[in-house]
Amino acid sequence: MSYVKGLRCRECGKAYAVAPRVVCDCLAPLEVVYDVEGWKKTLTRQKIESRAPNMWRYREMFPLDGEPVCSRWVGFTPLVEAPRLAEALGARKLWIKNDAVNSPTLSFKDRVVAVAINKAIEFGFKTVACASTGNLANSVAAHAAAAGLDAYVFIPEDLEEAKILGSAVYGAKLIKIRGNYDQVNRLCSQIANDYGWGFVNVNLRAFYGEGSKSLAYEVAEQLGWRLPPAIVVPMAGGSLITRVGKAFQEFIEIGLVQPAPFKLIGAQATGCSPITSAVKRGTPEYEPQKPSTIARSLAIGNPADGYYAARSIMTSGGAGEDVTDDEIVDGMKLLAETEGIFGETAAGVTIAVTRKLLQHGKISRDDETVLCVTGNGLKTLDALEGKLDLGVSIRPRIEEFEALVARAEQPAAANVG
Amino acid sequence: MAIKVRIPAVIARGKVGSDTVELAAGDLKELLNGLEVLYPGVKKSICDDSGKLNRFVNVYVNDEDIRFLGGDQYRFQDGDEVLLIPSIAGG
Repeated sequence: MSYVKGLRCRECGKAYAVAPRVVCDCLAPLEVVYDVEGWKKTLTRQKIESRAPNMWRYREMFPLDGEPVCSRWVGFTPLVEAPRLAEALGARKLWIKNDAVNSPTLSFKDRVVAVAINKAIEFGFKTVACASTGNLANSVAAHAAAAGLDAYVFIPEDLEEAKILGSAVYGAKLIKIRGNYDQVNRLCSQIANDYGWGFVNVNLRAFYGEGSKSLAYEVAEQLGWRLPPAIVVPMAGGSLITRVGKAFQEFIEIGLVQPAPFKLIGAQATGCSPITSAVKRGTPEYEPQKPSTIARSLAIGNPADGYYAARSIMTSGGAGEDVTDDEIVDGMKLLAETEGIFGETAAGVTIAVTRKLLQHGKISRDDETVLCVTGNGLKTLDALEGKLDLGVSIRPRIEEFEALVARAEQPAAANVG
Repeated sequence: MAIKVRIPAVIARGKVGSDTVELAAGDLKELLNGLEVLYPGVKKSICDDSGKLNRFVNVYVNDEDIRFLGGDQYRFQDGDEVLLIPSIAGG
């Protein structure tokens, strides 16, 4: 059964029936209204724990009418303690929520797409589409293929090759736009209603965004049904961090966790930092920017949920911070070298922002902090070009290897002497 | 100044997709007043009480966000193509 009461404008409050819809008549975004009392009656920790380890263990909290019919094995990614990273950064306890291994396309976007594809099927769409910086394109292409739907993905022409191939392989039709993501998005919002397609982040966006909540539900459950004092979330359009805050509130409201303060920490790249800049100015009103950063998945200069993201951060008593491209690469390397987790550039942003805020005292060293790694490093290899020690080549001869070892050991030997 | 304005379907009401109208307007304020004449009530929907366009509506002039051109202060040029579209979530 559905726990959805309808849609509501986030600004003027006007109510709408459940249907594909881009925006309210006032052009503001819509949100799903749930039967919270119904949640309270039906959801218990025990019930959730008895279900399979995927995001659908919280199925009542997503806006579907029936049971999910596809995209079943998404989510419940590892929440791993990160003691070596914590030591390197000087924090007491850090956790990594590792969506770099989310199924099937190695990013948190599988969560939102799982909801959007099921909703598209409930609405009777035969074709789904999206505007994407890459990860969403991969995910829409894969989930659509598995569900037997056609997919059109709209991406900036100059995207990382892995993200282009990683969409095309599923048979999705690629529309490459000569422009940045904001321009791709603009085109999609103009055509979303004209072709009878389910645009996951345009006319299905009210439903799609709700899938993000699963990440936060899982964090709370994996911590033993409690909220983390702080959580660091990378920001592009600003939807994820907003939904993380919403999800924690929902868990408090229905009594699955004890009320406790949690700080939302927003992370961006300096080359595209409209939301963190607004937070630093002390206002949710952001100014658009023209993105220029290696963190392509976060390169949204005109973030649609930027206002809500900044507001959520500020109300939570959290902070926003941004980091340079060099710091991002250092962050990726540090995560890999300390915890064996290879996150994409956005993960580098999360790690580097955490380091910076710990140094500035805006994240307390004593606060247990969860760091969200939302995508896989294998998709953004370009960012590491020329930045790693790739070793030396030798012939397959013992003397060459021994010479190599001797050279490597020389400084150590000198120290002993 | 004669400018072309493409407006969202929810404003055009009843028509499929975006619609294009031609208007004489020197700046954003005049554009919104011109739209109000064509679509009575539209300003109440998409502007705040002071008549300023709501923050979740984006305006583009010949492919450029009007905020990069000076926003309210920008003076339209003859033949400018203006897009009015809601701000859409990311990915």
